[in-house]
Amino acid sequence: MGKEKLEQTLQATLDKGDKLFVPYIMAGDGGLDVLTDRIAFLEEAGASAIELGIPFSDPVADGPTIQAAGLRALEHKVSLKDVLDLLKTTRNTREIPIILMTYVNPIINFGTEAFAEACEESGVDGLIIPDLPMEEEDHIFPHVKEKGIALIRLAALTSPDDRLKQIGDRTEGFLYAVTVKGTTGAQATFGEEVGPYIEKLKTFTSKPVLAGFGVTTPDHVRDLSQYGDGVVVGSKIVSDFHDGVTDTIRELIQASKG
Amino acid sequence: MTMAQTIKDTAHKKGHFGQFGGQFVPESLMPAVLELEEVYEEAKNDQAFIDEMEDYLTNYVGRQTPLTYAAQLTKELGGPQIYLKREDLNHTGAHKINNALGQALLTKRMGKKKVVAETGAGQHGVATATVCALLGLDCIVFMGKEDIRRQELNVFRMELLGAEVVSVDQGEGTLKDAVNEALRYWVAHVDDTHYIIGSVVGPHPFPAMVRDFQSVIGKETKDQVKAVTGRLPDAVVACVGGGSNAMGMFAPFVNDSEVKLFGAEAAGKGIETGKHAATLSAGKIGVLHGMMSYLLQDEAGQITEPYSISAGLDYPGIGPEHSFLKDSERVTYKGITDDEALEGLKLLSRKEGIVPALETAHAISYAREIAEGMTEDETLVICLSGRGDKDVTTVKERLGGDSHG
Repeated sequence: MGKEKLEQTLQATLDKGDKLFVPYIMAGDGGLDVLTDRIAFLEEAGASAIELGIPFSDPVADGPTIQAAGLRALEHKVSLKDVLDLLKTTRNTREIPIILMTYVNPIINFGTEAFAEACEESGVDGLIIPDLPMEEEDHIFPHVKEKGIALIRLAALTSPDDRLKQIGDRTEGFLYAVTVKGTTGAQATFGEEVGPYIEKLKTFTSKPVLAGFGVTTPDHVRDLSQYGDGVVVGSKIVSDFHDGVTDTIRELIQASKG
Repeated sequence: MTMAQTIKDTAHKKGHFGQFGGQFVPESLMPAVLELEEVYEEAKNDQAFIDEMEDYLTNYVGRQTPLTYAAQLTKELGGPQIYLKREDLNHTGAHKINNALGQALLTKRMGKKKVVAETGAGQHGVATATVCALLGLDCIVFMGKEDIRRQELNVFRMELLGAEVVSVDQGEGTLKDAVNEALRYWVAHVDDTHYIIGSVVGPHPFPAMVRDFQSVIGKETKDQVKAVTGRLPDAVVACVGGGSNAMGMFAPFVNDSEVKLFGAEAAGKGIETGKHAATLSAGKIGVLHGMMSYLLQDEAGQITEPYSISAGLDYPGIGPEHSFLKDSERVTYKGITDDEALEGLKLLSRKEGIVPALETAHAISYAREIAEGMTEDETLVICLSGRGDKDVTTVKERLGGDSHG
């Protein structure tokens, strides 16, 4: 379970010669009832792990698409506790690793120790916390480490090399390489610096490097995966699920294979 | 351990006030806040920077601001001698320019050409637009759509000054949402843009830096009161939204234990109604806008929408140093309702010929209560953080045109 399961699962995919594909979905968007089916769909379609967003009132790292999805989830009154409870009762229905993406405040409100325990009981394997830089991780990391849950660190284009080395050294599960200067959201092209940046990150960590933020098309998936080990796709998946379109999600995942 | 020791000791833990403060921002912003921290540390010890700042404060902002003896108010309340620290007489009409000027000078020092800011009531937006015009910086201001409606004259003032004002439709369209959008804009433009945050909030070094820029209020007050009475004041009161005028007033007095400090936060329609912005009275510890502090939030940790008649106090968080000063019991904070604030506004207008901002009116109302427990040989200072011109429409709507109330 936890970090070991996540790292072994990702490595098994890479060993097959495939790249990694981690879709992001907003828990509670469309109601909590659809969540288990969406996870099953993504697992069946070949995703490597699921990044499950917890809705938050003030998501400063997110662009318009995920902000709107979060608001829809909040209209359904979906809380961190609701999501953890659901994951607990459904944990035998899936094999795919689950990564929670949540801002710090819902964790503090839940109680950090209680949160780490609940994650373990619910079969959560990893965590992405976008507003928790290295400087603040002692608030949360010791508790989740004790439970064997991976804390996935984020690297940014703006980070100098000495920070990137520390981040690469600390990260667990994989290294999340943020590929835009900005918030999450669909976009047409990436800057020329992105390829060399991902290649550099590969030299700073022993963990897989996944590119995320702005990954929108199958071409993006192929292009960005060639530098590192795969991609995280958020806004595009969120809007496709919201629009009831699933063929395009399969195409995106397929672009990471072989 | 004495309180003074506590304050001194915790000051050593970088960027924190006890458990409060910190740097809870995305990694994309960390290099920018670390750069700012370094540049600010350098600048505050650089005599050339200090001289430049003082020159602008004197010859452009109009400092030092007067300490006015409020003879009629003193007589009316029948307690302590009451003095008003006249931040309303600064250029642009409030204390906000002390901070905006300091940060704009830092922007130039960092070699950045553009500034982003958020504004609630519009006072910080106007102050930022003003210093950007003065120093030749591009300026973009995010403002909630509800605040744009409430403060349309300030929007026009910012545009006259050459700033671009962007309406924020997210959430309830108030200050919190404007901060979110300003942060998002900053993440995307961090290479050439500095974020001039308007209060003692946000990630370190903002709370300490903004406090330092605003501390001119308390330093002047200390000297001015001593010059008149020969000693320190017995009590000082200021209004608290994010808390910058209060922090600037309190900071030079924090280690003078004989000076009682009071903060007035917005209790809106009453704390029991849930429609308020009384973060310290009714909040719970959490993380928002890069800092750990008391926050208004629901049981699931979602930040709730605050309410106040005053757009400048309409914020669900509070500066982390205020949270520390509350928990260490150095400062006493109390919620003042809309109705009480309106009474305070009318009182000062009638007795002293000064129409205060609605934010400031909360401090005046609290001063009335504090004065009841004081004697005529004691001194009470009210931080008159801003003038009320911007609020006349709101007050008129609320009083139904009946200025006699």
